[in-house]
Amino acid sequence: MLFSPSGLAWWLLILPLLSAIATLVYLHRKPGSAIFASVGSAAVCFLIALAVTAGSVPEPQPLEWMSFPTLHIEVGMIFDSLSRGMLLVVTGVGLLVHIFSIGYMAHDKAKARFFGGLSIFMFSMTGIVLATNLIMLFFFWEGVGLSSYLLIGFWFTRESAAAAANKAFVCNRLADFGFMIGILLLWWLTGSVSIRTADLQAEFLHVAPSTTYHALATANPSTEPAPKNPLLIENGGVTEVSKTLALILVVSLFMGCMGKSAMFPFHVWLPDAMEGPTPVSALIHAATMVAAGVYMLCRVYPLLLLSPAGMWFIAFIGCFTAIFAALIAVQQNDIKRILAYSTLSQLGYMVMAVGCRGPAAAMFHLTTHAFFKALLFLAAGSVIHALSDEQDIWRMGGLWRKIPLTFVTFLLGMLALIGFPGFAGFFSKDLILAVAYSAHPAFFWVGAFTAFLTAFYMTRLVVVAFFGKARTEAAQHPHESGLVMTIPLIILAVLSVVGGFIGIGAFYHGWSVDQLRTTGLLPAGTEPVGLPELDFVRGTLVPLIMVFGGIGLAFVLYRGRDRDPLNIRVLRHKFYFDEFYDNSLVGGQQLFARFLGWIDDWVLEGMILRGSAYLSVGVGELLKLLQTGSLQTYAFVLSIGGALLIYFTLFAH
Amino acid sequence: MITLNHYLAVAAVLFVIGLMGVIMRRNLLVIYMSLEMMLQAANLTFVAFARFNGRIDGQIFVFFVITVAAAEVAVGLALIVALYRLRQTTQVDALTTLKF
Repeated sequence: MLFSPSGLAWWLLILPLLSAIATLVYLHRKPGSAIFASVGSAAVCFLIALAVTAGSVPEPQPLEWMSFPTLHIEVGMIFDSLSRGMLLVVTGVGLLVHIFSIGYMAHDKAKARFFGGLSIFMFSMTGIVLATNLIMLFFFWEGVGLSSYLLIGFWFTRESAAAAANKAFVCNRLADFGFMIGILLLWWLTGSVSIRTADLQAEFLHVAPSTTYHALATANPSTEPAPKNPLLIENGGVTEVSKTLALILVVSLFMGCMGKSAMFPFHVWLPDAMEGPTPVSALIHAATMVAAGVYMLCRVYPLLLLSPAGMWFIAFIGCFTAIFAALIAVQQNDIKRILAYSTLSQLGYMVMAVGCRGPAAAMFHLTTHAFFKALLFLAAGSVIHALSDEQDIWRMGGLWRKIPLTFVTFLLGMLALIGFPGFAGFFSKDLILAVAYSAHPAFFWVGAFTAFLTAFYMTRLVVVAFFGKARTEAAQHPHESGLVMTIPLIILAVLSVVGGFIGIGAFYHGWSVDQLRTTGLLPAGTEPVGLPELDFVRGTLVPLIMVFGGIGLAFVLYRGRDRDPLNIRVLRHKFYFDEFYDNSLVGGQQLFARFLGWIDDWVLEGMILRGSAYLSVGVGELLKLLQTGSLQTYAFVLSIGGALLIYFTLFAH
Repeated sequence: MITLNHYLAVAAVLFVIGLMGVIMRRNLLVIYMSLEMMLQAANLTFVAFARFNGRIDGQIFVFFVITVAAAEVAVGLALIVALYRLRQTTQVDALTTLKF
């Protein structure tokens, strides 16, 4: 089965898994073989993904995973435009990062463990992209969480890295709890966890009683009518969706996205995740894993439409995260942290786009963002590598002359990120702004201002790090990275430049229309709405003013400076969120833990464990008084006993 | 006319005297003899019942009891002698090693 053309797709999952197992079990002492296995599997997966995108690999037959009377869970793969596009991004960027890592990690002793972690990630991420149901998706969802944990804590001897890994894991765990509630709620409401577009339609949107209730009714004929779907309420003879339940469902599914994509209350883990090696930051914490939340939202987009209030919530959280993170990025000094906050901000854009009914725009931006953010991180990695692990931009300076290739690629990525006209980000960000404007003008203006901030802090980064004069000894003599690191940079730079006008937006728009058609939200015969467009002032003038305003302001402020002329404390301290969480959540949890410790000491151990021991000792002390040692007392008691025995057996009735 | 009840009354008296001896006397040898007395009270009831019911099994059983008692006396006396050699006393008040 696996070797026939129809089984080819399974290798997308099997190869990285095999590579991960082999690396972690056998090859940890043989870094060369581990690199070969990991990079090789990524390369083959990319080739298969190309074949999948070309349409020459059929969707494989789903396998049954678990089967209960009321729940069938399969392991299958969806090949539609959405997953094809995402698969190509994941395997493509993944392969480039794998290749880059060969150079970047060349001097590390634990290379094999690193590549094993990358393989676990590739396995899990591919699983998320192709999952046909939420249970399967959740399984792989946790898989990427695991690999993220392992790779953030890759240098686990450094205390901050270990703490960051824990923080990421705990934040995701909290959010995944909400996601799990969402999945269970969906199952309770519809009897199905499938996220195939056709299933969403048949079992959910069209008010048909779900399979669960059918199954219950046939299994138990004595109950009269099948129980009603609790999601649907009768309102004056019209069946409609219960608003409250729909809102709870949408918000709890969105919780999963909030954790993985580091949306506002859960955003704190992503900047700390930069403790991991830079290729990890590029692949997992910028290009693909953190975008999985957005991908998941697009996958279940028809469900989200059930609750307009939920959509507003999503849009609001996305919009808030976008501007919030951009503000923080303005005052950061660590090159990777600036990029991390910029990632948060861009993820906010994507989530906002989903909330504003533009999943195609979100996926478009996700794709271009994957290109240019992976490029920025890898280029930053190249800078860090060149300066022997220097990450503070104020300790760089004048690098453009010495590492020109890294500089040029970084510059291209930066121009794409800030939406410089003609680059990839320009098109995708414009589309998001247009979508936002169609939902509410406020979203547009916040988004536009965020674009201004983005231009500002990215220009600040480039001006401070690459121009001016070298501020430290290390910055005087950087060395350009080798070919194995620069070739991925060049490929990604090309993609960042052309990504905007090779039809990615239209590709996802086609998928979006398909999805709406299949689920019946766009009735047959109606003309689909095209991609939204803005008029000249809002669509062209405002973004241009924002971009050039940001660039100009940053140039004026930072050209030739050796110290930061701005000092905005609240931004430098990231709005004090870490402190706030430390004091409120962590402190409260410590208090609770101490209370539990008290219960453990005094109730569990004191009363129950030691208490029972003391009780038996005390009873023993009392009973030993009966042991007089006098033979005749025993004889007397014995005879009394015998007499009583006879009395009771013979006379007492 | 001596009836069954007379025999039983004598046996009961013998038994109680034996029991009192076991409980109240302090010398091990005397306690031992009292024990034998209780045994004989039981034997007496066996024989009396056998006689008045016209059956022989009770009397045969008494032979067994006497035989076993003889063996028991041999063992018991030997133990008392051994104990006396060890502790130089046969007073039960002194034998309280098993007290805590």
